[in-house]
Amino acid sequence: MAYVIPKENFSGKVLEMTLGAGDKAAVVGGGSALPFHSFEGEGSTRPLIALEIQDVPPSDWPDEVKKQYSSVSDDPAGWAKYCQNDLGAKAVALRLVGTHPDRENRSVEDAVGTVKAVLDAVDVPLIILGSNHVEKDSQVLVAAAEAASGKNCVIGKAQEANYKTIVAAALANNHKLIAMSELDINLAKQLNILIGQMGFSSDRVLTDPMCSALGYGLEYTYSVMERIRLAALAQNDTTMQPPIVGDVGMYVWKIKEVMAPETDLPEWGAIEERGIAWESITATSLMVAGVNLLIMRHPKAVEGVNKTLDELT
Amino acid sequence: MLIIGEKLSIIAKRVREAMMNRDKNPIQEIAESQWKAGAGMIDANIGPAEDNGEGLMEWMITTIQEKVPAPVCLDTTNISALEAGLKVHNNEWGAPLLNSTSNDPERFPVLELAAKYNCQVIGLTVGKGGLPADAEERAGIAAEIMARGMEYGVPMENIFLDPLVLQIATTQDQAIKVIETIKMFQDLNDPPMKTVVGLSNISNGCPKHIRPILNSYFLSFLIYAGLSAAIADPLEKEVMTAMKTTDIIMNKTLYAHSYLEM
Repeated sequence: MAYVIPKENFSGKVLEMTLGAGDKAAVVGGGSALPFHSFEGEGSTRPLIALEIQDVPPSDWPDEVKKQYSSVSDDPAGWAKYCQNDLGAKAVALRLVGTHPDRENRSVEDAVGTVKAVLDAVDVPLIILGSNHVEKDSQVLVAAAEAASGKNCVIGKAQEANYKTIVAAALANNHKLIAMSELDINLAKQLNILIGQMGFSSDRVLTDPMCSALGYGLEYTYSVMERIRLAALAQNDTTMQPPIVGDVGMYVWKIKEVMAPETDLPEWGAIEERGIAWESITATSLMVAGVNLLIMRHPKAVEGVNKTLDELT
Repeated sequence: MLIIGEKLSIIAKRVREAMMNRDKNPIQEIAESQWKAGAGMIDANIGPAEDNGEGLMEWMITTIQEKVPAPVCLDTTNISALEAGLKVHNNEWGAPLLNSTSNDPERFPVLELAAKYNCQVIGLTVGKGGLPADAEERAGIAAEIMARGMEYGVPMENIFLDPLVLQIATTQDQAIKVIETIKMFQDLNDPPMKTVVGLSNISNGCPKHIRPILNSYFLSFLIYAGLSAAIADPLEKEVMTAMKTTDIIMNKTLYAHSYLEM
């Protein structure tokens, strides 16, 4: 008897949404099969990869990734343009890390100026991220959402402690929203329920269950993402059907493996290759778990992920 | 777990009057409130409907589906009313459910309809000879209904077996037998047969304040035994709480602090 591949048929789906406006708008999510299980049905659209830029020069990034942008990274608009025009980025993620009170403590007005300049410079979808400071983010992101009104951006990240103001701003200015919880599937669901109760429809939410780098808890992120996808598909849990975000770059480009000099650890190999491999392997793993939107830093790592995607799809 | 909203029944005075006067408002209001409370299907019980049952069933289904995007459970003993209803039912949101066939030859034409219209059907495990005594007798009747279903060409996944819930106030020993029956029904087929109960029947005749308590505890046991659907009142908060909580405990839905609000 011929071997019959066992197939799972799911009643649920992953929500599909458009990010950005105009010709360069991109679609993420969709489908009703597990990632890359094309033999079982239609999976999500090809994951969208955004290159990360910042509102201040990336002084804290390791040299290997910093030098990729050394000619443009003192000007966010020029940096964004470089990502779009020279590197072919399909999306840009602007992290307003300089607004953090422990960093440059840039004002809300400064942040708004940066957002406007970046929006003028590129026409690919823009993801606007705060500095992950709960109080400051609820001021910065609200103002940024207003400044970007009508551009169908992704605003994030809304967390349990500050989601109300950020959700209201995304709602009023017609943006998508990243809802972040800290590696806890039940809290991820809870936050999505609370956001839904504010009248923000789930087809405008992206879930960020919090990322981690290979060797630094990747398996936790992986299993939370996998469980989210299974709840969405197998249990038809509508709160778990939004696309998933993997904010990979910031978790990779701070660990020992991408920073330790070759002189100290020659057996680890070339530092440049190490970092690129680390970021692309982390990103690829999370794509297998179900990520729909990746935020990455090194252009060569993005190239690697795209190559894998070309072969898998 | 599927809840089939039970409130559109000819037994209720308000519903009966609306049916007689073809007054859409009360019907749609009750249908909508049940759907919003979590019913995935709406039962339309028009009774024996000997006088123009066809017209009444057609009107009920179109009236309900005008407002509620869900399938309807067609509840009557009038076979031609069932068929008239099937013809107007909008299958966009799921197949309709016929309520019901049994092991009584008079009810066999319902299986014929289920095959002809490829819809779902409730198989009530009673025969012509009166009420079943225990789980074994119910399972025996279920097997006969399944065999007859195959004969008529009804796929097993379209049959919901109903063990017949009896009143706790008059036949207390039957409650546990019904739970055992649901458990037994799981082994009659692979994948297991779908099952349904008329939940509120357990508390029929009991004081008003006791009814939701009996209904909800009974439902928890039944879900644990493998129940797939219940004809019940989704506006009864205790029942929905029991259903959601049992699904959480059985790991069928993902826990979140606000799971009761979903």
